[in-house]
Amino acid sequence: MIAPGFADPTLDSQATFRALLAAMSHPGRVHPAGRGLSPPAPLTPALAAVALTLCDADTPLWTDAPEEARRWLAFHCGCPFAGDPARAAFVLPHGAPPPLDSLAQGTEEEPHLSATLILPVASLAEGAGWRLAGPGIAAEARLSVAGAPPGFAAAFAAQRARFPRGVDVILCAPDRLACLPRSLRLSEV
Amino acid sequence: MSGVPGFSYAYLDEGTKRMLRRTLLKAVAIPGYQVPFGAREMPLPYGWGTGGIQVTAAIIGPSDVLKVIDQGSDDTTNAVSIRRFFRRVAGVATTERTTEATIIQTRHRIPETPLREGQILVYQVPMPEPLFRLEPRLAETRRLHALADYGLMQVRLYEDIVRHGAIATAYNHPVMVDGRYLMSPSPIPAFDNPKMHRMPALQLFGAGREKRIYAVPPYTDVVSLDFEDHPFRPIRAPHACALCGAADSYLDEVLTDDSGGRIFVCSDTDYCATRQAARQAAE
Repeated sequence: MIAPGFADPTLDSQATFRALLAAMSHPGRVHPAGRGLSPPAPLTPALAAVALTLCDADTPLWTDAPEEARRWLAFHCGCPFAGDPARAAFVLPHGAPPPLDSLAQGTEEEPHLSATLILPVASLAEGAGWRLAGPGIAAEARLSVAGAPPGFAAAFAAQRARFPRGVDVILCAPDRLACLPRSLRLSEV
Repeated sequence: MSGVPGFSYAYLDEGTKRMLRRTLLKAVAIPGYQVPFGAREMPLPYGWGTGGIQVTAAIIGPSDVLKVIDQGSDDTTNAVSIRRFFRRVAGVATTERTTEATIIQTRHRIPETPLREGQILVYQVPMPEPLFRLEPRLAETRRLHALADYGLMQVRLYEDIVRHGAIATAYNHPVMVDGRYLMSPSPIPAFDNPKMHRMPALQLFGAGREKRIYAVPPYTDVVSLDFEDHPFRPIRAPHACALCGAADSYLDEVLTDDSGGRIFVCSDTDYCATRQAARQAAE
């Protein structure tokens, strides 16, 4: 028995997308996501909502999640699974994520052909933690992330040198999300 | 859920909306870069806002309030039709008031009333490539964008100064976004260019025929190209609006008879009507 997806696929995915669009255009802001979803572990409601909103047959997904979660994703999103994270449009890690610079970066001429990393974290909070600046931020924003993989912030900050190539990141706490577009200037503390 | 039976919510099917949404997120992440997308056939011809309509259809939800303007006006055929279209297929409320709208789809103007955070401005774009008239090969313009090689455009502006004594672009004046990408502001008057700079609202651009989407996130630097000794100057007709008296708004010239009579009135109908109502209330 496969757990259900969105109760209303049209309006729930529209609402999740608007949260993503607002989060991507205001990096560091935290938005609720995934209300009403109960996907199989280790997927969380927010991870499931993002996958249901963005992934489909056109987007190879790389994940190391266990079989039940993969079955849920395959059934609801219909996405093919990529064997190699470098060939995936979306990367949804369960264990240690593949290094940022091993994912698709896009090219100088077509930077949009880069991967989007959907990264599970323990919690997200505004107002403290990483310092963010760049497009979408009036002066400075702070984002506190618990449970990010070690070295992630430094690796993300380093990819700014590759702009416009680079990976965009959607951080997913169990019931909320925040985005780190590649245009961001990020520094720890 | 409201809408027309037999049609998907907001007209487009879910797969198309997902494709558009992925495109929009990449566009926001790379400010000013034109992301190609699979534009669909829409129930109106190219040139009537198919790109803007597809962007609006991908983002709109039942709690949105939609305003549509064409050259600043809420009451032209194009604006009225698009507003009615989304009222039918997406069941949204519509408005003519800039301050009440959550999504404003526009052709060729930015409203005079400053936009606020949380609003989304959707531009209908006929030609997204700013280098189009200088370099017709799209493969070559992609290369120029990759190298951030915008000398061609500087030369064009320089030639304007040589020929006319000033930069002669009254509309569609090219801008640099976040110091990286040269971008066409869609043919808005140069008067509106400064409004794009660090605007609190999100700006999305859709070009249906050319199949490109691009974006400017809120609070992003948008600088009109110019020279130190020939700084960018937004142009405005040197008159006050004949209806509301505004001396700071963009004006349309309206012929009133066939013997040379003419008046200048605000191009932004909501701005003009709001000012007239305020003046009447004060009297």
